[in-house]
Amino acid sequence: MGLKKTKSKKIVALGLGLLFLVPTAAAPWYAPVYTVILLTSILMYMTISVSWALFSGPTGYISLASAAFFGAGIYTAAIVGKALPLPLMIVAGALVSACLALLVGALTLRLKGIYFVMFTFGLVELLLHFILWWEVTMSGTTGRVVPPAGNATVFYAMLIILVILILTVLMIRRSRYGLALLSIGENEEAAAHAGVHVTALKVSIYAVSALFMGAAGAAMATRWTYIDPRIAFNPLISFVPVLMAIFGGIRPIYGPIIGAAIFTYLEEFLITRFPYYYMLIFGIIMVVAILYMPDGLVGLTQRIWKKMARRNHADT
Amino acid sequence: MIVTILDIIISGLLLGGIYAVTAVGLSLQYGVARVLNIAHGEFIMLGAFITFTLYTRLGIDPLISFVICGPVVFAVGFLLYRTLFTRLRNTSPTAGAFEGNSMLACFGLLFIIQNLAILIWGADMKGYTYLAFSVDFWGARFAANRLVTLGFAIAICLVFYLFLANTRMGKAIRAAAQDPETAGLMGVRINRVLALCFGFGALMAGLGGALISISYKIQPTMGLEYTMIALIVIVLGGLGSIPGSFLGGLVLGLVGSIVTHIEPGLSLVAYYVIFMLLLLIRPKGILGK
Repeated sequence: MGLKKTKSKKIVALGLGLLFLVPTAAAPWYAPVYTVILLTSILMYMTISVSWALFSGPTGYISLASAAFFGAGIYTAAIVGKALPLPLMIVAGALVSACLALLVGALTLRLKGIYFVMFTFGLVELLLHFILWWEVTMSGTTGRVVPPAGNATVFYAMLIILVILILTVLMIRRSRYGLALLSIGENEEAAAHAGVHVTALKVSIYAVSALFMGAAGAAMATRWTYIDPRIAFNPLISFVPVLMAIFGGIRPIYGPIIGAAIFTYLEEFLITRFPYYYMLIFGIIMVVAILYMPDGLVGLTQRIWKKMARRNHADT
Repeated sequence: MIVTILDIIISGLLLGGIYAVTAVGLSLQYGVARVLNIAHGEFIMLGAFITFTLYTRLGIDPLISFVICGPVVFAVGFLLYRTLFTRLRNTSPTAGAFEGNSMLACFGLLFIIQNLAILIWGADMKGYTYLAFSVDFWGARFAANRLVTLGFAIAICLVFYLFLANTRMGKAIRAAAQDPETAGLMGVRINRVLALCFGFGALMAGLGGALISISYKIQPTMGLEYTMIALIVIVLGGLGSIPGSFLGGLVLGLVGSIVTHIEPGLSLVAYYVIFMLLLLIRPKGILGK
């Protein structure tokens, strides 16, 4: 009975996933260019947000280095962009970003709690200011030009990255690594005593999460065409996906996806008309979400759902 | 040569004095109230802009407007802790969860305060001239406003240190810093003390901002940079150690001034390198236990 139920649940989830995926994937054929561009940024935020939640969700280590990994992807794309075709460029961006994460993770994942947060945030600013200084004094010019790709191409690149990411996340969750990762979040020492190779696991999952952020960065670089350090290492890329994930709910995989979709749409809707009000509203929603929705939108709906279900039972 | 060295040292101390004031505030908020206030820089910015407005609109002397801008930011901080953070503290299952949640809530505050400020004051750089004459020191010349800033920075830290060391409230704060639970059992009104700490942290940030506005240009988006510097300073000095933060501020100011002398574009990079090395080698900081 229970098995049957989970099986049917899985089919429903798969069906729902396809229901969203198919019209989205066909968008460049029927939708106006504007919609495709908007969808591309939604996919970008989804990718960053889901990759962030992949590592920070189960472990509880709040990483603010997303902008560094994303930016590493962008910069790699800018450097190798003239020599390599788009797919290889994205792979290069992903690999550079993952290597950076391996290095950072090996150095810092011994740090606990708040120290880790500070370090990861420092990393973004360090890279930003270092590259800025390098470009101003060494090469004499700030900013680079990335060979542009068409809107539809970038859109499909982002879509493929996101789909691979989601499959990866689902696989990791179902494997023993996913469980081990959860156990680190619950009690790191106990996990280590139970035989989990804590550091290696944390570092490798951190690298996987950075891999996808780097890929997203490399893909988006071709849409922006001109980049400089302040665009590539924008600290908002570290904060905003965290808020999206928290707003949606960190634990289930669709939490960050829903959060990213809602916020990116809100951003698009508000930022052209009232840019400062958008950030203001963003902040207010953030505070309210942390105060009243500890498990995000998904948790909130589940709570309401349960309450309603209980009421139904009481009636009969 | 000697004049150059003196020049570097004094500009370092000037910068360090400002860093020290803001970092002491953050140290209080994190060390006692356990809130890693990412929005600290926004309180600095508020202090700077209140001082700016009072001076340019009403002609109130920036040093006198301390008396107005200090209490305003203190009240904002105190009320925030009383409402937002107390609720979070009660709903968070563990101390670690509270640290994470409160930090994320501070992100929200950062966006709220920053964008309210942009809506009120506009996004442009602002500044005013005050005490803009220079003073000679053995051949090196310094702007009077910077010297006044340094003097006030040291005085503010000293007054605050004496307050912590000698008053009943200061004793309660130190007790709460060591162990909030036990302090509560000993009759310290813990929620009020923690809220006061957060308020005092905001107060120091506000005063720091007022000092910054005397010597530097200000902008509603300036907060994050000062937050990062304050973070680096409190790690340098040892998390939660008030004298450590003061010392760390001066040290970092000196480092900044030396690096700026050698390679102007690299001072922020140097701060982050120091910060990261510290976190890796000695996360306890200079005066940490």
